[in-house]
Amino acid sequence: MTLPKVNLRHLLALCKKESYQIVRDPSSILIAFVLPVMLLFIFGFGINLDTNKVRLGIVTEDQGNEAEQFAQVLRGSPYLDIQTGNSRSQMQQQLQLGEIRGMLVLASDFSPTIRKQQKTAAIQLLTDGAEPNTANFLGSYLQGCLEVWQQQRATDQGLNSVATSTIEPRYWFNPTTVSRNFLVPGSISVIMTVIGALLTSLVVAREWERGTMEALLSTSVTKTELLLSKILPYYVLGMVAMTLCVLVTTLILDVPLRGSFWILFIVSSLFLGSGLGLGLFLSTVTRNQFAAAQTALIAAFLPATMLSGFVFEISSMPIAIQGVSYLIPARYFVNVLQTLFQAGDIWYIILLNSAFLLVSACFWLGLTAMKTARRLDD
Amino acid sequence: MIQAAYAIRITDLRHQFDGRDALSGISTQIRRGKITGIVGPDGSGKTTLIRLMAGLLKATGGNIQVEELDPIAEAGRLRPQLGYMPQKFGLYEDLTVQENLTLYADLCDLLGEKRRQRFDQLLSFTDLTHFIDRPAGKLSGGMKQKLGLACTLLGSPKVLLLDEPSVGVDPISRRELWKMVGELAHGGITVIWSTSYLDEAELCDDVLLMSEGLLKFNGPPTTIIAGMNGRSVQLRDMTGNKRAILKKVLHSPKIIDGVIQGHALRLVLKTAGDLPDLAQLDAGSAAHFVDVKPCLEDAFIDILGGGPGGESVLADHMPIARLDGSIDQDAVIEAHQLTRVFGEFVATDHVDFKVRRGEIFGLLGPNGAGKSTTFKMMCGLLRPTSGWAKVMGIDLKQSASHARAQLGYMAQKFALYGNLNVQQNLMFFSGIYGLRGKAQAEMVADMVRVFNLEPYLNTQASTLPLGFKQRLALSCAIMHHPPILFLDEPTSGVDPITRREFWTHINGLVEKGVTVMVTTHFMDEAEYCDRIAIIYHGRTIASGTPDELKQMATEAGEADITMEETFIRLVERDDRTKP
Repeated sequence: MTLPKVNLRHLLALCKKESYQIVRDPSSILIAFVLPVMLLFIFGFGINLDTNKVRLGIVTEDQGNEAEQFAQVLRGSPYLDIQTGNSRSQMQQQLQLGEIRGMLVLASDFSPTIRKQQKTAAIQLLTDGAEPNTANFLGSYLQGCLEVWQQQRATDQGLNSVATSTIEPRYWFNPTTVSRNFLVPGSISVIMTVIGALLTSLVVAREWERGTMEALLSTSVTKTELLLSKILPYYVLGMVAMTLCVLVTTLILDVPLRGSFWILFIVSSLFLGSGLGLGLFLSTVTRNQFAAAQTALIAAFLPATMLSGFVFEISSMPIAIQGVSYLIPARYFVNVLQTLFQAGDIWYIILLNSAFLLVSACFWLGLTAMKTARRLDD
Repeated sequence: MIQAAYAIRITDLRHQFDGRDALSGISTQIRRGKITGIVGPDGSGKTTLIRLMAGLLKATGGNIQVEELDPIAEAGRLRPQLGYMPQKFGLYEDLTVQENLTLYADLCDLLGEKRRQRFDQLLSFTDLTHFIDRPAGKLSGGMKQKLGLACTLLGSPKVLLLDEPSVGVDPISRRELWKMVGELAHGGITVIWSTSYLDEAELCDDVLLMSEGLLKFNGPPTTIIAGMNGRSVQLRDMTGNKRAILKKVLHSPKIIDGVIQGHALRLVLKTAGDLPDLAQLDAGSAAHFVDVKPCLEDAFIDILGGGPGGESVLADHMPIARLDGSIDQDAVIEAHQLTRVFGEFVATDHVDFKVRRGEIFGLLGPNGAGKSTTFKMMCGLLRPTSGWAKVMGIDLKQSASHARAQLGYMAQKFALYGNLNVQQNLMFFSGIYGLRGKAQAEMVADMVRVFNLEPYLNTQASTLPLGFKQRLALSCAIMHHPPILFLDEPTSGVDPITRREFWTHINGLVEKGVTVMVTTHFMDEAEYCDRIAIIYHGRTIASGTPDELKQMATEAGEADITMEETFIRLVERDDRTKP
């Protein structure tokens, strides 16, 4: 292989042209700057996976002391909004209407059973399975509440022997378990995908469609110059957008960045390289803006949202889908992003994921270089 | 060093696309410092040949040498000597004139003082000095073409390759471009110019006449035209119906081609001097033949084996278009003070015309003159700002859909569904005209029979041969037997034979009482019109029969000016009357 020839003047002229086109095309500005900020705000404020103040109905068929005590404990919880009633059917109706997310039935034998201590008291919990996150939360939270209350009772009565150990959860990296803190960093990967793949998927195809590619090919421009002139301006655009994202994330959305910005910068470059490569590849192969953008949407944007682990946890996906997620560069980037923002510079994770990103970037850019035509019939 | 007389040598050049022959063995030599025109129908291999010269395609077989260099193997040395302008001019529309020039100057390493000189030279040459800061996308078609040329000339190429530089460009801009290219050739540049306009090719030093991937003629146009001496005649001073006479005369075995020219017919004889019998033509007692100068188009049609004949099976099949008694026969199409304003810009400015039943009415005008806007208002696709348009007595403002049911519309570039096959296109268009069930099936079967579409029923419309595409587009426009037909540049980029066939159908339909309104850039086609309106800057600057317009433009001592000359003079005269 001969060394790629690059005439700096040609490259500079082409980059300048590309930059003019970016600046003058309102849609690139929209995609690069307005869309990211919008997405960040949506993920930062609009979407919230935290379960605070779940509405729970309690049906107390038991008028005993213990039942009243337990209900009182639940009322005191900062995470529950309690409504009490006597009729199951009325409560069920509310559950069906979605006015409450779960109903807890304290049956008439609750207090006597608890007092006897020998037998386990049965409590019925009905939850709205249409909201699995909330349903799961209610199940485990109420279980915990019951245990704590029972132990408290035992202590009060001087019976230390009932329970010997408890779990005291402490949430590392995100102590207050605010979902914004992992959603917002994750969304940066979506934004970078949009800029990298979607925007660049249009640029080569546009040249073919408008007939300018033919004119360029008839000049002395080399393949390397052509390729670099497409990569460099969009790389700069992507990194500026990335910096904007980080500023908005840390300054406005108050998400802490615990790792180094420069590491973030380098890893983002790798990810952007892979995105640019994919976008340019699609654009080069299809030579049609519409087809390229559609493919980029399906091949890059959707996987980046669904399979990167940014919203949906990869470990809870079916095995086959988990396997597929290893092919998605966004998976590695999200991993690094969440590590950098929430945990800090953990070298093992950063280097491992960066290695995958590097491979992906080389793969797509290499493929594009191979497919870049110097003739119309290449 | 003595330079060889030939700039380009081609030996047995072949090229295939997807197994189909685009070029099937071409050998020729192209003279240095001359303008060589490549002419031929769409799909005849013109563009392929030019791209092979530019090194943008690799030939499947044979050999091509440009300036003694192989365009692919020695591209690095050849490219700086080549200027190539692709069909869409290769301009960046969102970059200004200056930025486009700078980009291409950088790419061909034109620097410093040299660059400044060359810019000045080219800008004054192309007359673009005042538009330096305008984005290329906002230039008119003619100016884009000039800028495209300027960009290709920056590197002072030895060989200039122009791929259909004049498609969709009005006659005035075409003429200016031609002048510029002529000057270049005088300066020693070898120019290759591909075109489907034969009148343009006639001005070249040499022509390569191509058809179906083969070279049919190669040499100076004068040589081939000289071979036609005595075979081109005009039938003048006829009385009676010129279209009926044309149909009759084309039946004669002595005639290979014929077109209408104003009130006369222009005919090409099979053998020089062997005229058809006047008595059988019912052309009146004053009718007589006059020898006229043959042109390249005559020769071209002769080489391709003659025109398509005068019969239109379609017209024979169509019922007579009858009019309701309440409709004014003299104004089946009517525009009254028709005006359309876009913001500050008056696209159509108080235009008036009336079209009689069974008449062909032509709207001509330079690019951007407002004829498309006028046309769209007449179809009810655009609402007039003031004034009104009526079709068959129906005001398009009030009931556009009702009026549209009365008209057939054939758009530029054949608005067919390219990925549907012929049968599906026919079913779709008959369906949207409200035909259902048996009536629909019968109509589709009729069209297939009339236009001989049977062998292509399962062919995708986009892959049809051009002539069949045109037939299909026409059949889709007339399946509901409209009394009015609107044709918007129906023959743009189409070869003369296919155009002849098209006009045979149109003439046939007109004989059946159909009224036709047409726009075109082919000035010789305007000759088919009964009356013409020339639109310029949104206004009608002249109207009348083709002969009347020619009369207006003719200066003392002149005879027989062409329609193109007429058009250019009338537009320029209008320019002069304004400050």
